[in-house]
Amino acid sequence: MSVLVYTENWDGKFKKLSFELVSYAAGVAKMTGSSVTALSVGRVEDAELKKLGDYGAAKIVNVNNDQLAVFDSQVYAGVLADISAGKGSKIIILANNNTGKAIAPRLSVRLKAGVGSGVSRLPLNLNPFTVYKRSYSGNAFAHMEINSDIKILTLAQNSFDIASTPNTATIENTFVTIEASQVKTVVKNVEKQTGKMLLTDADIVVSGGRGMKSPDNWGPIVELADLLGGATACSRPVSDEGWRPHTEHTGQTGKIIAPNLYIAVGISGATQHLAGISSSKYIVAINTDKDAPIFEAAQYGIVGDALKVLPKLVEAVKEIKK
Amino acid sequence: MKILVCISNVPDTTTKIRFAPGNTSIDIAGIQWVINPWDELSLTRALELKDDAANGIKSVTVVHVGPAASEPTIRKALAIGADDAVRVNAEPRDAYYTAAQIAEVVKKEQFDIILCGIESSDYNGSIVGGMVAEFLGVPSVSSVSGIKFENGQPVMTREIDGGKETVTVPVPFVAIVQKGIAKEPRIAAMRGIMMARSKPVKLVEPVAVESLTQVLEYEKPAPRAACKYIDSENPAQLIGLLQNEAKVI
Ligand SMILES: Cc1cc2nc3c(=O)[nH]c(=O)nc-3n(C[C@H](O)[C@H](O)[C@H](O)COP(=O)(O)OP(=O)(O)OC[C@H]3O[C@@H](n4cnc5c(N)ncnc54)[C@H](O)[C@@H]3O)c2cc1C
Repeated sequence: MSVLVYTENWDGKFKKLSFELVSYAAGVAKMTGSSVTALSVGRVEDAELKKLGDYGAAKIVNVNNDQLAVFDSQVYAGVLADISAGKGSKIIILANNNTGKAIAPRLSVRLKAGVGSGVSRLPLNLNPFTVYKRSYSGNAFAHMEINSDIKILTLAQNSFDIASTPNTATIENTFVTIEASQVKTVVKNVEKQTGKMLLTDADIVVSGGRGMKSPDNWGPIVELADLLGGATACSRPVSDEGWRPHTEHTGQTGKIIAPNLYIAVGISGATQHLAGISSSKYIVAINTDKDAPIFEAAQYGIVGDALKVLPKLVEAVKEIKK
Repeated sequence: MKILVCISNVPDTTTKIRFAPGNTSIDIAGIQWVINPWDELSLTRALELKDDAANGIKSVTVVHVGPAASEPTIRKALAIGADDAVRVNAEPRDAYYTAAQIAEVVKKEQFDIILCGIESSDYNGSIVGGMVAEFLGVPSVSSVSGIKFENGQPVMTREIDGGKETVTVPVPFVAIVQKGIAKEPRIAAMRGIMMARSKPVKLVEPVAVESLTQVLEYEKPAPRAACKYIDSENPAQLIGLLQNEAKVI
């Protein structure tokens, strides 16, 4: 028996999320007295695959097939179903991201396996098998029992510490047969931004709200994020107004993120906004209104005019980065 | 073409969540129920597509799995503009159970495009849409932020890490939609509210399906430490705390 973890790669490279997933799988394997098999799809060099072993994968299954170049949820779910059956996996772990959300439900029906989505801790209990998951958009956490024989867990990003538990992993190259006619998705066009840090990957996020008054005032937000090696975000009205790109919108109806540090500038802290950021490890609020609800969610706060405070913050960060 | 929009009803998004004794469910006293925000946006987009006669959309139907108590949610969807509704008369016990019920409805009524929101704001599962597709054995496209028609065919925009793709799949299919699908939810006008009263709501009894998950208990998020205030004249102090106390920069 093994715990199967699906590790996505980005142009042949893994990132922090991949290692977080394997670390989590290693934790689950330890609890259940089993071992971790990591599944990687697409062209990834052996040296890169081996890295998964550093976080506890005992076996790495690499599936490479031209038909997998296009992401088709039906085909990918089929690959996971085949590999997991072959390995006799009872627990399958994916990320709670675009890819994981596309595959997990299909796999669930195929294997008749209950899904614990957005788990942020190791299972609370093995019998009954109970997971800890976000619900009510972060206003509650559920202890959810999964009563099927096979279980699928999707891990909330940035919720589990990466832990190296070196293993000498063996790599197994597997070929799966996929007929071209099985791939129903046709990609007609791709638009990709490269070189920009993804909001969901950032450890530090500087975010601006309507209190910033005008898009012309964003200079210090961007500068602060750059200095800290982070990404920029915004509240919904800001992206609705077109002050910032919609990809920056965080909250219930935007991106859900969990950085180590979230700096909310001129954001009131509406429940729908907090729904997207409440899992951040630290929240800093800068707001003129001392009664703004954002201060209830924050550990550090400055009551003051963002337009005056931000330049000073930028200077202070430059000072420590010297 | 016929569009089906899956709708769930959830507590209004500003609700302060409290639990019923025993913490096994939420306390529903005084809760205002609304159409799940994503579902409201998918309905809006479905209606926009139907408004353009060139797209050849015959009807927009909503489906809801829930007891009679959730009728007002269905009426609201009809008031916004859905042509008719199907209610599967059952408590939505879990995602698997709910998806199986929706799939049965699709099998009987034959829809071409099935729209599901990315998640419901209560269980935050993000799984019903994909499950419906797998029960039906039809393609699903997730992270869909746009859908339009080109030469009579639906074309979707799906979000990928750091970008987007334009994709097509053959009908019937399930699209799991998120931000961008429609700008603002369409609001029911007086005329719509009047008309909704006479629109058909078909009642369907559930098929026997087990549920695979069950919430045993809810808990509140861990309370956060009280906010430490830093003098606005001295933001450098904040940087010091982030560096030495929180150790995050
Ligand atoms: C179904 C639904 C879903 C929603 N989803 C989201 C979502 O995903 N994300 C989201 O963000 N919102 C969402 N909203 C909207 C949400 O309710 C709030 O309206 C929104 O978050 C407010 O944005 P804001 O904080 O930028 O603006 P405001 O609420 O206007 O707050 C601006 C803040 O700036 C402060 N301020 C003003 N001037 C200054 C200054 N010079 N310096 C410092 N501070 C200043 C003010 O004191 C105030 O607190 C949703 C709403 C609904 C109904």
